[in-house]
Amino acid sequence: MLSQIAYALPFLAEGFALTLWVSLLVVVLSLIAGVILGVGLVYGPAPLRWAVRIFSDTIRGIPILVLIFFVYYGLPAVGVHLQSFWAAVLALTLFKTAQVVEYLRGAVASIPKGQSEAAMAIGLTFRQRLAYVIFPQAFRRFLPPWINGVTDAVKGSALVSLLGITDLMQAINQVIGRTYEAMPLYILGALLYFAVNYALSLASRRLEQRFAFIRE
Amino acid sequence: MATSSNDSPALLDIAEVSKSFGSVEVLRSVSLKVAKGEVVTVIGPSGSGKTTLLRCVNFLESYDSGSIRIDGKEVGFRDGGARQRRSERDLASMRAETGMVFQSFNLFPHLTAAGNIMLGLTKVRGKSNSEARSIAEHWLGRVGLAHKADSLPAELSGGQQQRVGIARAVAMEPKILLLDEITSALDPELVGEVLAVVRSLAEDGMTMVMVTHEMAFARDASSRIVFMADGGVSAVGPPKEVLAVETTNERLRTFLARFRASHF
Repeated sequence: MLSQIAYALPFLAEGFALTLWVSLLVVVLSLIAGVILGVGLVYGPAPLRWAVRIFSDTIRGIPILVLIFFVYYGLPAVGVHLQSFWAAVLALTLFKTAQVVEYLRGAVASIPKGQSEAAMAIGLTFRQRLAYVIFPQAFRRFLPPWINGVTDAVKGSALVSLLGITDLMQAINQVIGRTYEAMPLYILGALLYFAVNYALSLASRRLEQRFAFIRE
Repeated sequence: MATSSNDSPALLDIAEVSKSFGSVEVLRSVSLKVAKGEVVTVIGPSGSGKTTLLRCVNFLESYDSGSIRIDGKEVGFRDGGARQRRSERDLASMRAETGMVFQSFNLFPHLTAAGNIMLGLTKVRGKSNSEARSIAEHWLGRVGLAHKADSLPAELSGGQQQRVGIARAVAMEPKILLLDEITSALDPELVGEVLAVVRSLAEDGMTMVMVTHEMAFARDASSRIVFMADGGVSAVGPPKEVLAVETTNERLRTFLARFRASHF
């Protein structure tokens, strides 16, 4: 039994690598899109604010699984055909982007108005105020929920197996299909997911300490 | 002296400025000229528009009509009378010409005392880090905080934070310094150290407009006092005239009487 699993390890490793790759893509793309849309939501003109608001509320109101199926099976109806991999990445990215928008809005809103005013008073432009005064402070409040969201993205990436993509989850299921050794393989899978997420939360704690403004 | 500014062009020229928040008129055709080197103190009951007026001078607040000029240049609107708001870049460079110190300090908590002062010097004035650092150290020395250059705001007392706030504003070499109730959030025993800094700046000839409830300080340090009531200038003149007990201005007399009752 163990030899069978050992035989399957390279295959599992490939699945694990794909899980990490999907997670990384989703996290990076949603961070970029979410920050841009989030700034639009806080500082943009009214039509842009409304558009982002509707986007964020809609996406967050749909189960992520529905979103994945919608992008993969639904979009072809309007002529958009995506490979299963990219459909999965797009769906997960949309979902995470809506969350990042909310984290950013909350973090920026928590910075007192006096900070912007003091920055204006010394002659900083809008971009400079964001870059040197608002974002460095908002970052500290953005970080904890965002890291939580990253671990959600890693866990949520298991859903891409439903589109037949061979990520860690799918690889495990396939090996179980051949070996009938469900328990050890699911434990192995759980440990791998846990290891990634635990490393992320350790890193986040380090980062939070690094960006605390009051020295111990 | 009625005004010191009729002959020489005023550094700050506020002309018939009005502003409403909804149906509430907070500024009613306020006019005030401030000459270079003058220290003008604005007093008045809360809600009289003092702080709003100050915030209009560096365009933290816009206003509905009238004009505010510094060195002949309209602050918030483009030249040419069309009342077109200046571009973001223009506004920023106009604001750099006025310094402002806030009631709640508003130091940047993620930067050290020196870092707070250096930000404007490097990003707005384009100075190198080492140049900015030495200017910051100079001003921290002036406000008695040379040893606190590398402290974060959270590690400083209220009085120390406000002195950094003053240093941050004056390090930019503004043409005019606006002080908005800068001692109101301080414990009484810390007020003196902050006012001493303001006094030394006045002695150096810094042009200042300040809103304060420190009457004794206003009397001793101001060239002129402006009394505001209901959004308008109700009295203006040298401290001795405005703060005279026998004033005929009813509003002013009530204000001063109430003030004396609660502070002396």
